[in-house]
Amino acid sequence: MSAVPLLKVNDVSKFYGSRIGCRNVSFELYPGEVLAIVGESGSGKTTLLSCLSTRLMPTSGIVEYHMRDGQYRDLARMAEAERRFLMRTDWGFVHQNPAEGLRMTVSAGANVGERLMAIGDRHYGNIRAAACDWLTRVEIDEDRIDDQPRAFSGGMRQRLQIARNLVTSPRLVFMDEPTGGLDVSVQARLLDLVRGLVHDLGLAAIIVTHDLAVARLLSHRMMVMKDGAVIEQGLTDRVLDDPREPYTQLLVSSILQV
Amino acid sequence: MATPLVVSEVAKSFTMHLRDGVRLPVVANVSFSVKAGECVVLGGPSGVGKSSILKMLYGNYGVDEGQILMEHDGRLVNLATAEPRMVLEVRRTTLGYVSQFLRVVPRVSALDIVAEPLQARGISVEEARERAAELLAKLNLPKELWGLPPATFSGGEQQRVNIARGFITDHKILLLDEPTASLDAKNRAVVVELIAEKKAEGTALVGIFHDEEVRDAVADRIIDVSEFSPRKQAA
Repeated sequence: MSAVPLLKVNDVSKFYGSRIGCRNVSFELYPGEVLAIVGESGSGKTTLLSCLSTRLMPTSGIVEYHMRDGQYRDLARMAEAERRFLMRTDWGFVHQNPAEGLRMTVSAGANVGERLMAIGDRHYGNIRAAACDWLTRVEIDEDRIDDQPRAFSGGMRQRLQIARNLVTSPRLVFMDEPTGGLDVSVQARLLDLVRGLVHDLGLAAIIVTHDLAVARLLSHRMMVMKDGAVIEQGLTDRVLDDPREPYTQLLVSSILQV
Repeated sequence: MATPLVVSEVAKSFTMHLRDGVRLPVVANVSFSVKAGECVVLGGPSGVGKSSILKMLYGNYGVDEGQILMEHDGRLVNLATAEPRMVLEVRRTTLGYVSQFLRVVPRVSALDIVAEPLQARGISVEEARERAAELLAKLNLPKELWGLPPATFSGGEQQRVNIARGFITDHKILLLDEPTASLDAKNRAVVVELIAEKKAEGTALVGIFHDEEVRDAVADRIIDVSEFSPRKQAA
């Protein structure tokens, strides 16, 4: 068991004016750990994810990341250049809408290769080979490498976004409703793919979802949010099989059985 | 002889917030221990809390009071209070579980579902699949099914996949929740044989078996769970 956390979150709050986004959230994430954040719309899941991934500046609290050099760095105090470098190398961010995470008017291969070029790869042949390899891993035919994502289906776009994020071997990936908006058979394929990749690559991930089945399948640990606060957390199996809080019990009992 | 599992004064209740916060006591004062190579069977009528005890032992249910001590990696871990990643670590190397129903993962084949616990412990895909195939063959699962995801399998077929997945590792503690419930006589006999092998290897087993024949064949000791029922204690 790895002894030091990858991410340390201490008492993070975010207010939009007087309105609460999220409040007093603290936790630690270890390498290889997958954390699901669940809760209804407006419960603060995405706000929290944005605060953790430096897309938003928390109103108070500290988020620290264990850099590859072995030092913890306060993300809010990081220089812009360093922050950007971190985001495109050691981190990934998978958006619900692939159009936000992809460049829709450049080829699929370039979408994947771009992240490699950003970390200094210059050999065209190597970049294209890596792009090919990743397209295959996310089950996109190699002969689509020169097509633009505009010509892809929703499920393919989402898989391409995942390839783009994972090509630099990140240690931490943020996902915001990665299966939202996909039909169920496509969802199943994507879930299986993400599950396999997370396992094979030993990724740590923070996944925001309102789908408890997704949380059960992908995550080790779960946090339930309501009105901006974390009301219950623990082992995913425990939270889902033995929910303690009234709201969690309501969530779990509201799942439709097929 | 080593005692890999000690349960001490464990209590559990449910608070149903959707039912005006009514509190349902499940079990109280649960204390027992299991030695290496011993199979302890939880007995008693339905609804008395047998499955709840197994789920607490596996960490799926929280524990209100008491300790669940397991020998893990040369030291004692209290599963009742361990943090999530410790529970997962214990499950990976020390604690196995055969649940009543298989939780299927879309698109993953029966063979890979069985092989997964070995792969999680760093054994190569080929070797893990080989061992999985041996077990599935032993449990008489038709070979045509091995490559298919078990979502469409019959109850008995799914249960055999589940059993193979639970028995494939050399976990020192193994929990069995009615592993023979939907099996025919021939496959029940295979499971009895597998349990006997585990006992010979020094695994500590805790199980629930409604089938008397199987229970008599595997049990070293039967614990009457109704003794832990708070309803009985109140009466």
